Amino acid sequence: MTGKVAVVVFPGSNCEHDVVHALRLLGGDAELVWHRVSDLSEFSGVVLPGGFAHGDYLRTGAIARFSPVMPEVERLAAAGAPVLGICNGFQVLCEAGLLPGAMVANRDLEFISRPVHVRVESTGGVLTANASVGDVLRIPLNSYEGNFVAPPAALDALESAGRVVLRYCDAEGNVDESSNPNGSTNAIAGIVGAAGNVAGLMPHPERASEAILGSADGRVLLESFLASLHSAAVVT
Amino acid sequence: MSITRKAGLSDPEGVATGRALRDLGYDEVGEVHFGRAITLEIDDGRLLDAAEGATPVADGRIREMCERLLANPVIEDYSIEALP
Repeated sequence: MTGKVAVVVFPGSNCEHDVVHALRLLGGDAELVWHRVSDLSEFSGVVLPGGFAHGDYLRTGAIARFSPVMPEVERLAAAGAPVLGICNGFQVLCEAGLLPGAMVANRDLEFISRPVHVRVESTGGVLTANASVGDVLRIPLNSYEGNFVAPPAALDALESAGRVVLRYCDAEGNVDESSNPNGSTNAIAGIVGAAGNVAGLMPHPERASEAILGSADGRVLLESFLASLHSAAVVT
Repeated sequence: MSITRKAGLSDPEGVATGRALRDLGYDEVGEVHFGRAITLEIDDGRLLDAAEGATPVADGRIREMCERLLANPVIEDYSIEALP
């Protein structure tokens, strides 16, 4: 195993230990890093975990986006290193402009905390490389602002380039309005950036990484991320 | 400043509130748009002529604050009003 993963802790993050646990379970080398750290030179990849960074004040991710660690996250992203945002971390990556779009309140104005199904739409990028198109995964969703929106041009760019990697679906893999838990545009649950190394998703794969948690379907996503560390560009 | 969701983008709070207003009989209500109001106290003299609007310097810096932090230009519009 090469490459160490920084799991960034913002004030208000609450999934960082779960992410470190899951990555280590899968053979990864992961370590918590406080958001005021401004040097990630010893790391080959980054995870921004879920939670409520800076209390979600102003907008989700808006203040975290200016944490001292973020220029380093942006540097690693630009260097081709895998960068994954889960739930609140996805919102931070959108605010930082590392991924397109934004998340608004769920369609039914409910905080959703339950397992949902997502379908693998593409295996491009660091999140789904080890999965197969059409795979249906059962993974917990835990968010109030998980409703993905993006301007039409950004949506077209995502869809036409196969950068929508996960879509909400039912247990059989059908995508329709009733299987879309939060109203996300085009039922988008996870996307990757243009270069494929930056990824974000709203469901929590770390909470579906062991049978005892009720599902191990999230493992393939974290395994894809860890596998991409090997092939990532050398980061100086 | 006043920050509102861009027209055409999903605004679930606005939809729910509009429905509630119509349920109360206010049939004249169409779309409802949610946003937030932010008041900044700026005490360095650059807004002293606020009665005639913010000075170009302050206005430029406040626009910058909106673009960089206070609004998300991907989904929100903003407007600025100088108060005395």
